[in-house]
Amino acid sequence: MRSASLSSTFRNVAVLTQVPVVAVVGNPNAGKTTVFNGLTGLRQKVGNYPGVTVERASGRIRIGEREVEILDIPGLYSVAPTSEDERVAVEAMTVERPDLIVYVLDADNLERNLFLFSQVAELGIPTLVALTMVDRVESKGGSVDFARLANLLGVEVVPLVAHRERGISELRNAIDRSLENPRPAPAVRLPDPSENAIAELRERLGRAGSDFRQAEVREALEDPEHPIHQLAEEFPEVHAAFVVAQDALVEASAPMDNAARYRWSGMVRRAAIIESEGQQRKSLTDRLDRVLTHRLFGLLIFVGMMYLVFQGIYTFSAPLMTLIEGAFAAFGDKVGGLLLGNEVLRSAVVDGLIAGVGGAVVFLPQILILFFFIALLEGTGYLARAAFLMDRLLGWCGLNGRAFIPLLSSFACAIPGVMAARVMPDAKSRLATILVAPLMSCSARLPVYLVLIGAFVQPKYGAFWAGFALFAMHLLGLMVAIPIVWVLNRSLLKGSRLPFVLELPPYQWPRWKDVWLAMFYRGMVFLKTAGTIIVVMSLLIWGLSYFPRSAEADASYRAEYLQTAPAGLDQEELDHRAELHVDQERLAASYLGRFGKAIEPAFVPAGFDWRITTAILSAFPAREVVVPALGIIFNLGGEVDEKSPDLRKTLESATWPDGRPLFTLWTAIGLMVFFALCCQCMATLAVVKRETNTWKWPAFMFTYMTTLAYVAAVLIHQIGVRFS
Amino acid sequence: MPAMASPLQSFGSLRQGERYRVVSIDGENPCLKRFEELGLTEGTEFRVVKVAPFGDPLEIDLRGYHLCLRRKDAVGVSVEHIP
Repeated sequence: MRSASLSSTFRNVAVLTQVPVVAVVGNPNAGKTTVFNGLTGLRQKVGNYPGVTVERASGRIRIGEREVEILDIPGLYSVAPTSEDERVAVEAMTVERPDLIVYVLDADNLERNLFLFSQVAELGIPTLVALTMVDRVESKGGSVDFARLANLLGVEVVPLVAHRERGISELRNAIDRSLENPRPAPAVRLPDPSENAIAELRERLGRAGSDFRQAEVREALEDPEHPIHQLAEEFPEVHAAFVVAQDALVEASAPMDNAARYRWSGMVRRAAIIESEGQQRKSLTDRLDRVLTHRLFGLLIFVGMMYLVFQGIYTFSAPLMTLIEGAFAAFGDKVGGLLLGNEVLRSAVVDGLIAGVGGAVVFLPQILILFFFIALLEGTGYLARAAFLMDRLLGWCGLNGRAFIPLLSSFACAIPGVMAARVMPDAKSRLATILVAPLMSCSARLPVYLVLIGAFVQPKYGAFWAGFALFAMHLLGLMVAIPIVWVLNRSLLKGSRLPFVLELPPYQWPRWKDVWLAMFYRGMVFLKTAGTIIVVMSLLIWGLSYFPRSAEADASYRAEYLQTAPAGLDQEELDHRAELHVDQERLAASYLGRFGKAIEPAFVPAGFDWRITTAILSAFPAREVVVPALGIIFNLGGEVDEKSPDLRKTLESATWPDGRPLFTLWTAIGLMVFFALCCQCMATLAVVKRETNTWKWPAFMFTYMTTLAYVAAVLIHQIGVRFS
Repeated sequence: MPAMASPLQSFGSLRQGERYRVVSIDGENPCLKRFEELGLTEGTEFRVVKVAPFGDPLEIDLRGYHLCLRRKDAVGVSVEHIP
């Protein structure tokens, strides 16, 4: 009994591990995503390939009686990999060896798409073809001879025509049949050129008086003992044909080179696509591109489009963000009420966990809206045009035209910006983009700028210079990012240079299912990051700013304040002020405050005292927290915001222990520059960890940005002190 | 009058709207292999559809699709103009 159940358990395990894997393979832009989404829908699992930045999407579905794992292989052009992404894609085929390959073939771009097919067919893995874009061939007046194409390729061809859902269900049936009766794809071959050459040689041998059969001549060419070698020496016309035939035989047995593969793919296209007779009218894409990639109008339209995208992100996300903030605050209050008995637990859950996760989840609307636009721009084909227009501007430092999306998004928020870096076609440029994206001045830096500009620039220099300062702070990140990419490309990210290639596919209507799924899975990926890494980091930072704490210490802070309190305050005001003082002293005495004091000497050259350094440290989770942190530490409570006149006045009048003013114009500029360049954003670091699949890059990012910020702040303060 | 063979050109000198044929591909340039894989093999004819606003990259029409590449990546590809 027992052993029977044990063996059935084992059988189940075996069944689990033996789920057949069907890999969806194809060129970029061939319609692979649509096929994969059509097969898997909401059953996708998005992770990373181990050790690399390449994303691995798969989905387990049921076809007929069988569980099947559908694996989306990143789009590639050749099985000889030139980038990390391609290496991963190739290894997923050659090392993992799926049970079946569904090769997504773009009927409208057959020659180029068949190049990779000719290589994939040599892997000896059962293959079937999902033929996409047939409607596009037909709209040009052509047609596809499906039977002939299947015959030439030696595999089953499933056209995804007209009604797409029906095409997908036919594809599922074909997958089922192929798994039932697997047959490796035959390697493709050009017609053997040696046959003609051998026939010619045979004829000349005949004219010289020696008759051989065709097969005999072929064998004879490889047998040096055979008499035809003698004959070739004797008769010059036999010799000429002999040399040609020998060469042809060598060529026929050699592996196909790139040119031969294209000769083959051209031959298949001419045989399988019946083109329309007569004049082809200009396609819609050509007409659209006359405007959209025009050297003047194209650029204007691009600027207009980007304006709409980012205006859209701000406009649509603002109310949703307010809603999320409100929901988390209300949830925090509710939970806080339930935990009133235990102050430590209450604060950990409300101030640490809920506030920390809420502070990250608030970016979800921006992520969803940005990915809506990216899916739309990519799906219609416009993204490639925009990259074409922008390439020269971004290309010289080592980025490429596609980087404009992640970099521009980062001006709103680095989190969607870092996630958007996956539009970059190769791992190296993706990493370079991720590493500089957080240098763009995101909206969370705005409160810091507003407080400091409001306190130190506007009153003395007027609105013009205040506006200029705000603009300069936004430009700074971009100006710093470019040389950094330049350096990264010549140091850390050095390696063989890849050409920048970009396909400009024909325009098409977006497929809404692909758009919704892209948004959905990006949102899920982000929430998973927020639910794991960000939870841990939130609790850690909370603990550092909360502990150590005791009732005795609080009582002594209070007593200390009451002794020095000015006379003539009513009881309510006195209590309020005492409470502010207790908050301040608690933060000062916490591990974070102690650390802030300990590193004060390092920041004195930048003109920062321990209060500023502690505020900087407590703003590690999110840089906008520096405003309430300054509020607490300058005795105003944590309720202040950037518009609060009290905070501005307090900062202006703050002094060092010896009575010198703490903030000069240069300290204020230094602090703004520090915040512009530093990486005070836990959610960004967590997302970089998720996207690069290692802690190495977020650690590097934090180190280089903090160093940069520190050096810049010190330089500004030191130069400022010399000048004034 | 016999047709003159048109002189060899590099990608640096290609002009919008003109047609060209690849004559030879050689040199140390590691990008060349990728271009061959994308269909830019010896003898391939293509048309320069557009030059991007700042002079680079180029959009070319080859083998029925549109590819965009940078002039300096294609060092080592020699082409001749097709009138």
